[in-house]
Amino acid sequence: MIATKRATDTLIMLVVLLLAWQALHQVVGTTALPGPVPTLAYLAKFVPSERFAENASATLVCFFYALMLSYGIGLAIGVWMGVHRVSGAVGEPILISLYTLPKVTLYPVVLLIFGLSLSGRVTFGAMHGVLPVALLTMTAIRNIPPVYLKSARTLQLSSWQTILTVLFPATLPEVIAGLRIGFSLTLLGVLLAEMFAAKHGLGFLIINAMQLMQAEEMVTVAVVLFAFAALANAILLWIEHQLHPRV
Amino acid sequence: MSRVGWIRIAVLVIAIGLLEFCCRLGLIDHRVVIPPSQMADALVRLLISGQANDQIVRTFGIVVVAALISVVAGFALGVVIHALPRVRQALDPFFATYYAVPIFIFYPVMIVIFGLSVIPIVLMGVATAIVAMIIATLNGLDRVPRVLSKVARVHRMGTIATALLLELPAAAPHLFTGGKLAVSYAFIGVIGSEFILAPAGLGRVISDAYTDFNNRQMYALMLLLIIVATVVNMLLHVVDQRWAERRGIAKS
Repeated sequence: MIATKRATDTLIMLVVLLLAWQALHQVVGTTALPGPVPTLAYLAKFVPSERFAENASATLVCFFYALMLSYGIGLAIGVWMGVHRVSGAVGEPILISLYTLPKVTLYPVVLLIFGLSLSGRVTFGAMHGVLPVALLTMTAIRNIPPVYLKSARTLQLSSWQTILTVLFPATLPEVIAGLRIGFSLTLLGVLLAEMFAAKHGLGFLIINAMQLMQAEEMVTVAVVLFAFAALANAILLWIEHQLHPRV
Repeated sequence: MSRVGWIRIAVLVIAIGLLEFCCRLGLIDHRVVIPPSQMADALVRLLISGQANDQIVRTFGIVVVAALISVVAGFALGVVIHALPRVRQALDPFFATYYAVPIFIFYPVMIVIFGLSVIPIVLMGVATAIVAMIIATLNGLDRVPRVLSKVARVHRMGTIATALLLELPAAAPHLFTGGKLAVSYAFIGVIGSEFILAPAGLGRVISDAYTDFNNRQMYALMLLLIIVATVVNMLLHVVDQRWAERRGIAKS
């Protein structure tokens, strides 16, 4: 019942977005913004093409490495700062101010260090994703109710048993939330890097299409990325909801 | 200051000192990173010479305008959406997805529509910031205690008096949090756009300096951006925490 209702709401939202798109198209004209119908026709033609496959796989590879780095480093920092209270207290404000910093400012530094290479784009993507993963993992560990640890001690669980059966399940929902936000921000970082300086990838395609005034291709790539990000977020959000303890 | 505060300062000082040391010793090539002392020196000289003043005023002006539009319009939209539960329900999936979509992919679309001017940059700033304000307004209005509306009825207060004297103050801490987020998101939206493509502005100047291998200029302006963003965010954060504590919704 709730599921069908939510599906209807999403559908209504999509229809409204499409209508708004069409309306904007009517106002600004075809050269600036092609309407939804021609764009979707172009999409059907463009997505199976080799050029799209090449650039999409370039972005995906870059995104995959960046995501692994974000998750690995973010979880390590988060666990360390959650378990070791002093490090957490010292590091939290530093992490928060780094989180709110427009990291795009630092991209030229990354470029100077790595050059126009895959590692530069991966680093830049990971810079975006690491912080939310670390911050949410840290809060998750800090917020474990002390009574859980007490009952683990009462039941005389070994430290491994405590970690696996108490700490891990207790922190999981919040950690997954961190991973979800890390996913979106890593994607943003990778695309920004491609838009600023790259010769491959979907971010590059958008900028390239803009410079060549190919509005259809530009909007098509934006739609594909929008769909990818929205779908991935919906799946991760669904997992998160499944994991939340039902109180 | 507390012990933790001292350790934090020590960590930062050591990190900057280490960077300075590595640069001076040549462990880090000066074509890649210049020593922090030189960055500060370059920034002071640049500010005194006034060469970049126009760009600085332009960029921070756009951030302020974008943040103001987001806060005012976001609050107004939040109030309207809160009054219409059915619309709000339908918008739920939209809000849940909004910040997951890399919004900058629409910047080129805006450039094509509005031309390479200040408008797409303001719009990107507003687009990144406004939804945070809407969500914060909805949260704030949700958490207005029921008892307050009863108090209003007991005192026979009108709608406007209730809104201004009871609901607004009760929702204020959440609204402030929204405003804080709006400012830092507007920063990200505006500067990110300027970096990708812009006729002028700090982001453009930094990216030009990068292309020209003008490291002193690049690092000076980067330092400026980092200092301004950090100071503004820290101030807002401190005020936000105070408000939250007073209303008993402190996060920690």
